[in-house]
Amino acid sequence: MGLTLAEKILSQRVGREVRAGEIIVCDVDVALTQDGTGPLAVQQLQKIGMEKTARPESTILYIDHAAPSPRKELSNDHMLLRRFAEKTGCRLSDVGEGVCHQLIAEDYAAPGKVIIGADSHTCTAGALASFATGMGSTDVAMGIALGKTWFRVPETFQIQVTGKMPAGVYAKDLILHLIGMIGADGATYKALEFTGETIEAMPMWERLTLANMAVEAGAKVGLIASDEVTRDYLESQGRAEEYRPLAADPDAVYERVITIDVSELEPTVAAPHTVDNTHPVRELAGTKVDQVFIGSCTNGRLEDLAVAASILDGKQVASGVRCIVVPASKRIFLEAIRLGYIESLVAAGAVVLAPGCGPCVGVHEGILGDGEVSLNTSNRNFQGRLGNPKGFIYLGSPAVAAASALTGVITDPREVMENAIAR
Amino acid sequence: MRLQGKAWKFGDNISTDHIAPGRRFHLRSNLPELAKHVLEDADPEFASKVQPGDFVVGGNNFGLGSSREHAPTIIKMAGVSAVLAKSFARIFFRNAINVGLPVLICDTDQIGPGDELEVDLSTGRIYNRTQDIVLQAPPLPDVMIRLLADGGLAAHVAKHGDLVID
Repeated sequence: MGLTLAEKILSQRVGREVRAGEIIVCDVDVALTQDGTGPLAVQQLQKIGMEKTARPESTILYIDHAAPSPRKELSNDHMLLRRFAEKTGCRLSDVGEGVCHQLIAEDYAAPGKVIIGADSHTCTAGALASFATGMGSTDVAMGIALGKTWFRVPETFQIQVTGKMPAGVYAKDLILHLIGMIGADGATYKALEFTGETIEAMPMWERLTLANMAVEAGAKVGLIASDEVTRDYLESQGRAEEYRPLAADPDAVYERVITIDVSELEPTVAAPHTVDNTHPVRELAGTKVDQVFIGSCTNGRLEDLAVAASILDGKQVASGVRCIVVPASKRIFLEAIRLGYIESLVAAGAVVLAPGCGPCVGVHEGILGDGEVSLNTSNRNFQGRLGNPKGFIYLGSPAVAAASALTGVITDPREVMENAIAR
Repeated sequence: MRLQGKAWKFGDNISTDHIAPGRRFHLRSNLPELAKHVLEDADPEFASKVQPGDFVVGGNNFGLGSSREHAPTIIKMAGVSAVLAKSFARIFFRNAINVGLPVLICDTDQIGPGDELEVDLSTGRIYNRTQDIVLQAPPLPDVMIRLLADGGLAAHVAKHGDLVID
């Protein structure tokens, strides 16, 4: 009886065969916090007199959620993080470097690594076959100090995806479709393992979108076997030597197998206030939007910006719509400048903000007024998420977002993409 | 340990944004102040009216969303003795144990707003005195019982100098 990808990674890491259901103590390769969770992690370590890091070179405190700081309280939190990094020698990623999960993909994630992060979207790194999962501040704090944590080895849902992605349809549509199918708690505690010809053909920027949103179905990790796409991505980040092939055994035992044929998949949107409230975009077409946000750890990558720029190039954002663009990292920002995407977006009327989480968490940079509607490429549309419980958030792909910015109403991108990048 | 109090009833999918909203992000290093806003986007009156010992009672998928440990922490700081729900989101459940907030899984359709409850944490028995109904929660995994007994994860590590869970 073979091992799932989750079982295989954890088995290799603990040096014996482990199966779903077992409780294990496991070494941690990478530990991270962000500025919303890092201060509490540091305070917990201070409280018990353990201000140390077991692996300073792969412990990273990111400042991305409120960056630059909009308030003195948060500036003081940032100071606490900088002081801890100075004291322990761990890494600090400061204002403007980007969103933690994008930077983990660029700098740290690799097949077989165990990554824990005090941020629920730590699962993003599963796209590179890392066992990467979100935890609270105290769990990650203890992981930072001890270099290990405990896990219950998860059961796995295999998500078998077949068919060719139609033009104007992206990984975002696929993951929203899946979450709509199984529900926001449909995979609570489980590992999702994405397989099949569609995933094999999928570029890394879209794989990261899939893995990123595994937690929106309740999952612990969202994993994809490593392959040539993984190798090429690592090479592009100057880390070719970290590649190794890693996949589930052919006779692995899955708790559930879900098959999706994407050839008929449509652009999909999640309506307020839960991520599983998904609809084909045509059912919501015409809904007025006041704001559009293109960015985040879900869809702030270079190719996402390319899709948005191709739709908005030479055109104008609809009157009365605020179009906010936030590149997910500094490297992406620089490349988007070099390739002209930023110029197209700004000329079209978009506002471009410093790499980071931007409006996603409702701290700053795009808070909604009462009754206002935002179409976001991020991963959550919970009530209050954009800083106002009286706001309404829809989630969609960068193509849906750019098309909606152009028309001022939720729009099927295929209607405006005749001259844009198909895929 | 026996707990007694009144039920505060909430629906399905109460998120960490309902419990500790992003617009209060700047209060995360000031937990007593943040606790004054606990659950405000689900029930704006909850924080001012909850009494020590009361229970938060949710539906499915309580605590979904962010990894912010501040969410269970401020529920505990508000005086809530335990959270009961049909199911919990994974990170919230683990965080609750880490900060010493008891969480119990049971059929919360059998609990109405304001019902008087008695909970025996050692057995998982929940008595709804108002409706004269007994509910049973499954036991916590051994590792979590051990962490709770030590007073949460940080206290466990402080006590043993390590993770000692087997």
